[in-house]
Amino acid sequence: MNGPLLEVADLNVIYKTYEGTVAAVNGVEFSLEAGRTLGLVGESGAGKTTTALSIMGLVPSPPGIITSGSVNFAGKNLLSLSEKEMKKIRGNHISMIFQDPMTSLNPVVTVGVQISEALVAHQNLSEAEAEKKAMEMLEKVQIPGQRYREYPHEFSGGMRQRVVIAMALACNPGLIIADEPTTALDVTIQAQVLELMRSLKEEFSTAMIMITHDLGVVGEVCDHVAVMYAGRIVETGSLEQIFGNARHPYTLGLFRCIPDIEEETSKIRPIEGLMPDPLDLPSGCPFHPRCPQCMDLCRTVVPGVLDDGGHRVMCHLYGKGGAVHG
Amino acid sequence: MADLIKVENLVKYFPVAAGNVHAVDDVSFAIKEGETLGLVGESGCGKSTTGRLLIRLIEATSGRILYRGRDIASADKKTLHDMRKEMQIIFQDPFSSLDPRKSIGETIGKPLEIFGMGSKREREEMVDALMEKVGLSPRLFYKYPHELDGGRRQRVGIARALSLSPSFIVCDEPVSALDVSIQAQILNLLQELQETMKLTYLFVSHDLSVVKHISNRIAVMYLGKIVESSPSLELFSNTLHPYSQALLAAVPIPKLDRKRERFILSGGVPSPINPPSGCRFHTRCPWKMDICSREEPPLTDRGGGHFVACHKVK
Amino acid sequence: MNNENGTLFAPSSGRTKEREKRRSPWWEVWRRLRRNKAAVAGMSVVILLVVVAVLAPVLAPYDPNQTNIKMRLQGPSSEHPLGTDNFGRDMLSRIIYGSRISLYVGFVAVGIGAVFGGILGAIGGYYGGRLDNFIMRCMDVLLAIPQIILAIAIVGALGTSLLNLMIAVGISQLPRYARVVRASALTVRGQEYVEAARAVGASDARIILENILPNCMAPIIVQSTLGVAQAILSAAALSFLGLGIQPPTAEWGSMLSSGRQFLRNAPYLTFFPGLAISVVVLALNIFGDGLRDSLDPKLRQ
Repeated sequence: MNGPLLEVADLNVIYKTYEGTVAAVNGVEFSLEAGRTLGLVGESGAGKTTTALSIMGLVPSPPGIITSGSVNFAGKNLLSLSEKEMKKIRGNHISMIFQDPMTSLNPVVTVGVQISEALVAHQNLSEAEAEKKAMEMLEKVQIPGQRYREYPHEFSGGMRQRVVIAMALACNPGLIIADEPTTALDVTIQAQVLELMRSLKEEFSTAMIMITHDLGVVGEVCDHVAVMYAGRIVETGSLEQIFGNARHPYTLGLFRCIPDIEEETSKIRPIEGLMPDPLDLPSGCPFHPRCPQCMDLCRTVVPGVLDDGGHRVMCHLYGKGGAVHG
Repeated sequence: MADLIKVENLVKYFPVAAGNVHAVDDVSFAIKEGETLGLVGESGCGKSTTGRLLIRLIEATSGRILYRGRDIASADKKTLHDMRKEMQIIFQDPFSSLDPRKSIGETIGKPLEIFGMGSKREREEMVDALMEKVGLSPRLFYKYPHELDGGRRQRVGIARALSLSPSFIVCDEPVSALDVSIQAQILNLLQELQETMKLTYLFVSHDLSVVKHISNRIAVMYLGKIVESSPSLELFSNTLHPYSQALLAAVPIPKLDRKRERFILSGGVPSPINPPSGCRFHTRCPWKMDICSREEPPLTDRGGGHFVACHKVK
Repeated sequence: MNNENGTLFAPSSGRTKEREKRRSPWWEVWRRLRRNKAAVAGMSVVILLVVVAVLAPVLAPYDPNQTNIKMRLQGPSSEHPLGTDNFGRDMLSRIIYGSRISLYVGFVAVGIGAVFGGILGAIGGYYGGRLDNFIMRCMDVLLAIPQIILAIAIVGALGTSLLNLMIAVGISQLPRYARVVRASALTVRGQEYVEAARAVGASDARIILENILPNCMAPIIVQSTLGVAQAILSAAALSFLGLGIQPPTAEWGSMLSSGRQFLRNAPYLTFFPGLAISVVVLALNIFGDGLRDSLDPKLRQ
C-alpha cells in the first residue's frame, strides 16, 4: 500500500449545545502507517474521544457537527461515505475498544455470540464457522475456548476487556481505536491487558490508536505520540522524540506533574490554572493562560506548526508564528 | 512523635447471601502525629473500608481504634459526635461528594452550623477564610457544584473537611478522579495544608506513585490484609513481598528506559467471600511453596520498621 | 479567572459583598423548561386558571348562586355566554367560581399526599431494612385498593365536607409519592455527600430534611403536577357521586353531576364543566411532562 493507512487532515468538530458552541476538535492533523500505534494523549475535554468518533463516523449528531476536514482510510475519505458504507467498515476494517468493558458488552448475550456477530455480518461466515473462529479468538486473548457460551457477568473485569479485544480483532481490522482501554482496570490487570495488546498488535500487524490520559500507558505500547490540548494536537512525534525531547510547555508540564516512582523528588510541579472552558477557548495559543513561558504573541496569534524530522510542535517558542489553521 | 491513631486487629465482615465478605481482616497499624500513612491496594482489597472504619462511618465487626489512646471503636454517640471535630474525610469523587442542591458556601459552612460555631455572619467569614486557604476565590460562595470543574470541587471537599480544624483526615483516593495536571495541584495543596495545620493523613489510593509522593509510611493491602508495610522510600528501594513487587512493576512509567523488570501476575484477585487459605496471595504468587496454602504468614518486622507477611522472605 | 487556582494563598480578592450572584439550580431548570413550547403553554393555562380563580368575584358576570326560575335552562346567549342551569344560575359564573374549589381541592390534596408521602418515602429509603419494609407494605395495601373506592371509604367514614374530601383524595394519593421518593432516596442515600454529612456529625433528621428530600424534589414536583390533575378528577368524581361538595356550591364535578339529568335538552350543562376539567387536566399533564424533561439531569448539556 502507498502512503499511510490513515490520514486525518484539518478535522474540525463542534457541538451545538444550549449553552453555546463547543469547539471540540480544531484542525487536527495526523497520519498513521499500517501496523503502527499512535498514542493520543490529553486530559478530559482535550478532544481525544471526539477525534476517534469522527474517524468511526460516530459523532453523535445532534449536537455534533463535523464542520470540515477529511479522514482518509486506505484511500477512501470516510467522511464522504454514506452510513450504509460506513457500516461495512466499522467492525470490519476499523473497530473500537471502549473504556468500560462492563457497558460495552451486552449482558444478555453470550460472549461467543457477541464475538461471532461481527464475523457473520462482515465476513459471510456461516454460524458454525463463526463459532469456530470466535473460539480461536478467545484462545488468542488467553481465555479458554469452552467459555464461549458464558455470559459477560461470569467474567472478571480484566477478562471482559479481553473479550472486547477479541471482538475488535475478530475481523482482522486494519485499524483499532482503543479509548482508554485499561483505565477502568486495576494496575496488575492493566499490565496483563497491555501485555496482551502489545503481543496481539504484532501478531495481527494491526494499526492502533490508543487514546489515554496516562503517559505511562503510552510508553508501554505506542510508537508515536500526539499530545492534545483544547481540541488541537500541540505536539506530535515518535515515542523517542516526545519522551526524550519534549518541547511544548504543556507536554513538559504533563511529564513534570506525575510523581516519579523511580526517583526521589519531594515536590511535583503542577501545571497552574484550570482546564480551558470549551465554550470559550482562549484566543491565540489555547495553552497561553497556563503557560509558564507565555509571550505577548501567544495571547493573540495561534502558533504555526514547526516540523523537525517528524517531531511537530505548535508553539511560538519554536516557530516563526503565524496562523496555520486558525 | 506519638501515635495519633492506632488500630489493633480491626475486622470488618459484610454479610451477604453467599457468606461473609472479608473486607478487612485483622488489620493493625499506627500513624504518628503529623505523618501520612499511605494505604495502597487494588479494588476490593479493603483500603477504603479501612478508612471509613477509622472515622466510624461504618461500624467495625471487631477490633480497637485508639485515637490519642482513647478507644473510639466502642465510643458512645455523644463521644462520637465530638470526635467528628477531630477526624474528617475527603472523598474520591468530587461529583458525588457535594450536594448538588447546596451552594459552595452552604456546603463548607454546614459543619460549623452543626457544631453551632459563631453567628451566621461569623460563620460566613470563616467560610471565606477556608475558601482562601484551599485556593478558592470567596467570590464562588454562591456557586453550585455543577458550575465548577473537578479540581475546584475537590477543593470544596477539602475546605469542608478542614472547617472543624481536625487533626486527622482520611483521604479516600482524593485525586484519582482528577486530570493529571489538576492532580498535582491538589497533592501539593494537601501537603501544604499538612505542614501549616499539622494534619495527620491516612491516604488511601490505588496509585503507587501518588502514595509514594505523599506518604511517610506505606502499607500494601491485599484481600483485607496488610501484606507489607514500611517507611515510604524503603518500600520502593527494598520491596520484599511478591505482591508489592508485582504492583510496583505493573505501574506504567512514562520513560524510555524503564529500570524495573517486567513482572506480570497471572489471574485476578480471588473472591473476598471465601478468601484462599493460608497466605491469601498464594493463588497468584510466583514463589508459592507448600506451606503457603496451609499457614498464614504473620506480619513480622524485618528491621527498620519494615514489616512483611511472607513465608519466603527471610 | 485563570489564575485563581494558581497559587495556594490567592490574593484575598473579595469579601462577602463581591461574591458572584446567587443562581440556583432551579434557574437552569426554568431555562430548559422555557424551550419546551408545549410545557410553557400548559403552564400558562394553569397560571391563567389560578388568576381566574383568584379574581372570580371580579370576573364573574353574575352571582353563581343567584337563582332565577324564569331564566332556567337557557342555551348560550349574549347575556349568558354558557347558558343557565335548571335553577336559572349563570353557568359561566358558576364555572369561574368552580375553578376556585377545584384548584383548591387539587392543590391541597396533593399537598397532603406529597408532604406525608414524601416524608414516609424518605424515611423508608434512608433507613432501609425493616422500617422501610413496614412503610412500603402499608403503602402497598393502600395501593391495592382502587383510589376512588379508598376515597369513598374515607369520606364515608369522616363525613362529607370540603376538608374531608381533600384529606380523602390526599391519602389515596399518598403511596405514589412515598414510592417515587423512596426510590430516589435510595440512590441519594448512597451518594458520598450523605456520607460526608454524617462525617461532619449531621443527625439523621438533618440529613433527611437537608440532603435527602431536596434531592428528591424533581420526582415529587413531577408527580405533583400530574397528581393535581388526578386530584381534581377524583374530587369531581366524588362530588359527582354526591360525596364531595354539596349543592349549591359551584364545583365542576357536582355541576357535571347535576347537569346529567338534562343531558338531552341542555347538553351544555355537562359539556362546559367537563371541558373545564379536561383543559386543566391536560394543561397540568403537559406541564408535568415538560417539567420532568427539564428536571432530568441526564439531559443536562
